[in-house]
Amino acid sequence: MSTATHKLLKGATGDWEMVIGMEIHAQVTSKSKLFSGASTAFGGEPNSQVSLVDAAMPGMLPVLNEECVKQAVRTGLGLNAKINLRSVFDRKNYFYPDLPQGYQISQYKSPVVGEGEVIIELEGGRTATIGIERLHLEQDPAKMLHDKLPSQSLIDLNRCGVALMEIVSKPDIRDAEQAKAYVTKLRSIMRYLGTCDGDMEKGSLRADVNVSVRKPGAPLGTRCEIKNLNSITFIGQAIEYEARRQIDILEDGGKIDQETRLYDPSKGETRSMRSKEEAHDYRYFPDPDLLPLEFSQEYVDELKAALPELPDQKKTRFVAALGLSAYDASVLVAERESAVFYETVLDKLGNRSRDGKMAANWVINELFGRLNKEGRDIAGSPVSPEQLAAIVDLIGEGTISGKIAKDLFEIVWQEGGDPRALVESRGMKQVTDLSAIEKVVDDIIAANPDKAAQVKDKPQSLGWFVGQVMKASGGKANPQSVNDLLKSKLGV
Amino acid sequence: MTDLTSLTLAEARKGLAAKTFTSRELTDAHLSAIEAARVLNAFVMETPDQARAMAREADGKLAKGDAGPLAGIPLGIKDLFATKGVRTTACSKILGNFVPTYESTVTSQLWRDGAVMLGKLNNDEFAMGSANETSCFGPVGNPWRRDGSNTTLVPGGSSGGSASAVAALLCMGATATDTGGSIRQPAAFTATVGIKPTYGRCSRWGIVAFASSLDQAGPIARTTRDAAMLLRSMAGYDPKDTTSVDVPVPDYEAAIGKSVRGLRIGIPREYRLDGMPAEIEKLWSEGASWLKAAGAELVEVSLPHTKYALPAYYIVAPAEASSNLARYDGVRYGLREQAKNITELYENTRAEGFGAEVRRRIMIGTYVLSAGYYDAYYLRAQKVRTLIKKDFEDCFAKGVHAILTPATPSAAFGIGEKGGADPVEMYLNDIFTVTVNMAGLPGIAVPAGKDAQGLPLGLQLIGRPFDEETLFSLGEVIEQAAGRFTPARWW
Repeated sequence: MSTATHKLLKGATGDWEMVIGMEIHAQVTSKSKLFSGASTAFGGEPNSQVSLVDAAMPGMLPVLNEECVKQAVRTGLGLNAKINLRSVFDRKNYFYPDLPQGYQISQYKSPVVGEGEVIIELEGGRTATIGIERLHLEQDPAKMLHDKLPSQSLIDLNRCGVALMEIVSKPDIRDAEQAKAYVTKLRSIMRYLGTCDGDMEKGSLRADVNVSVRKPGAPLGTRCEIKNLNSITFIGQAIEYEARRQIDILEDGGKIDQETRLYDPSKGETRSMRSKEEAHDYRYFPDPDLLPLEFSQEYVDELKAALPELPDQKKTRFVAALGLSAYDASVLVAERESAVFYETVLDKLGNRSRDGKMAANWVINELFGRLNKEGRDIAGSPVSPEQLAAIVDLIGEGTISGKIAKDLFEIVWQEGGDPRALVESRGMKQVTDLSAIEKVVDDIIAANPDKAAQVKDKPQSLGWFVGQVMKASGGKANPQSVNDLLKSKLGV
Repeated sequence: MTDLTSLTLAEARKGLAAKTFTSRELTDAHLSAIEAARVLNAFVMETPDQARAMAREADGKLAKGDAGPLAGIPLGIKDLFATKGVRTTACSKILGNFVPTYESTVTSQLWRDGAVMLGKLNNDEFAMGSANETSCFGPVGNPWRRDGSNTTLVPGGSSGGSASAVAALLCMGATATDTGGSIRQPAAFTATVGIKPTYGRCSRWGIVAFASSLDQAGPIARTTRDAAMLLRSMAGYDPKDTTSVDVPVPDYEAAIGKSVRGLRIGIPREYRLDGMPAEIEKLWSEGASWLKAAGAELVEVSLPHTKYALPAYYIVAPAEASSNLARYDGVRYGLREQAKNITELYENTRAEGFGAEVRRRIMIGTYVLSAGYYDAYYLRAQKVRTLIKKDFEDCFAKGVHAILTPATPSAAFGIGEKGGADPVEMYLNDIFTVTVNMAGLPGIAVPAGKDAQGLPLGLQLIGRPFDEETLFSLGEVIEQAAGRFTPARWW
């Protein structure tokens, strides 16, 4: 499905292609858990957000949280996926203390969401389409703490039973860049939808990555699954390492054992966790405590009609309606918060059609540049959309020059305040009064008679005079007026 | 006042309303009876203080005239029902001294209606058994004995404690549960009335699960009317159990004495087993003739997939049980055996905590769900289940209102007499009852006669979904014709 060119890895025997599929576990944004009323809030006292159901007390029964279903369906719609009007919850049976019931309620044969696709953005404006195999709902297990006591482990059930969406891609991903772009895009879509906060540090988004290698065009190789990666950087590193490890084995005449591996970020390597033979037999079967999940097409249609504008749609609109470049548009829409910021700026602009594109430049170059430099995110921006809109307005209407605007931006960043008032109070207004400028022009011509004489033969030296005038006016002179005036005075 | 224990629930209700006696007196009479009958081992936990407190409260309400329909009626509760603040074990060592912080929906509705809890009743461990011999508290004695014999017999299972206690007049009624016959078979063995309502009629919330798609709560009582009164309080939709069904609960008692004229009663030919004792045959035809005499029409019907029901049941039920019982792992509550690591903790705790029959079913269930066997066993059993259900649907679609069958293939047997070498011998006890669970239908067992050795025998009536009322009407006809049976006291 991939349309973009992708990275091949060089080996002793020639080029190798990576084939990658991902399972993303995304925590559903909801107040309570998938099958109980306990809170999902992050950071509570251990075992303070646990219902009788979560602790698997005898005789307790799960009751499906409809909000989680709604979120899964909305996410499915955001992935352009088929929504299954009937799906089934199954039990995945295994023993581990992070799983009080002794089984995880998941969806096995009949997931709530079927096939879909996601367009990912790559370097240089390339895109690729990654197929979605399915999305299903399941319970998050509890958190185990192994290092608090010398000979015992502790269990925190707060997370136990929180709803996860497992989003399974098709094996369409071809290199680490695409893998990272895929996770970035999924996260962006879910943030737009408000279905997952995508906070990888808090574990709201985790990835299992299946990696195999092959000679381009050859049949699929044996894959290894790297479990539980919790940062986009690690995803990239783990894939690069794992693919190289597999190539080395194959080129040495070995074969790949299908197994589950863990990535160690401190060593930058993957290591075996369990082999195929050690894999669990999960004994999936439909959960007899729960009826099949059924809803109507009308329900899906209503949710679809109420979806917010998603990044791809927004990007298309920015390009078509505001004349932004595809690149600028994708930078603005990549994070929902950035797009919201930009659109708020647009709303506040005096002349959106004239200055919309300039506003995009200011958001991307000045604001994002400055935020990046200081390691802040958009939520922590000292410059508000209103302030930025005012600065752009001031440029657009000719009150200040672009250069002065940068000084103004700096003042607003440092000290805050109303840009329009600042321009007034600090005398930053562009001088368009010709008589005032004329005086300066005359003085500079008079002080530089030889340069004035050369201008006729070397018209490009006019720029020097413009510079001098601007400097003398403290940057406030209107550059166009200065230019016109100089030309007539010097006769060019 | 000892006579108070021999009243039916309906009679006691009258006496309480008329202030002939108080709930405290009624309760004390039963507490004394329980004390005197400890040899039966029907109760695994007596709660006299709680009983008296609840009786006092009921008396207060009765005096004020705002009493619920079961005000002051002393009941026994199967130990599968979670009771707040009272040890609940499912009669398994693995739950140890587990005390729930919650009350099951069914029992909370009984307390809402004013009933009094006498204590917790013995049952087969996790309701797995047909003789109440698998309980970690030991077997229960049946108050009935063979004529002229001192041999203690089983009361049936898994609700053996419930049936024994009701038959021995230790409580006016009892809660029970039925996964494959656990209400109806012990009722038949003790000459009590037991009804397993339609799947979804009673909430399963707070009942220790055996096989979720088959488990259903119901009462065991002294008469059909008493059972109707109890079920009305126990039944009802519960949003905490998504498999419970939101249909109104009728006044079941109104069905008692209602004419059965014109009702079509199916007699399924597949229930006529080879080698079935003649007295069971005789009982069955006698029951049919009573119903006919009351104006019902008898029709022979066919339920062709009956013979597959028991094997299919012994795949589905253990499969669900193997998963339902995974939570008993020694990590959070109940028994925990010492171990060097987590795998050992599981192994030691579960090996020590579960009895042999429970272990057997966990292993069967694990096997039939495992990779490579799922399709051959679990999936096929589910298909059989669909066919069994369809058999009944076809039958009801032809205008049959209820189906009459024997409740059990034999009368009660001696403790240790069956299933020692071959568990299937024990499983065959449920041959007439499992189909009803597989199809999710209501089924009632009513006492209908005695065998040659003087032991009670029961008949079963199977109804349409959510039509328990017809079963109560028909059950009453049999009860009226057969009369009531009370065991001679030997304990």
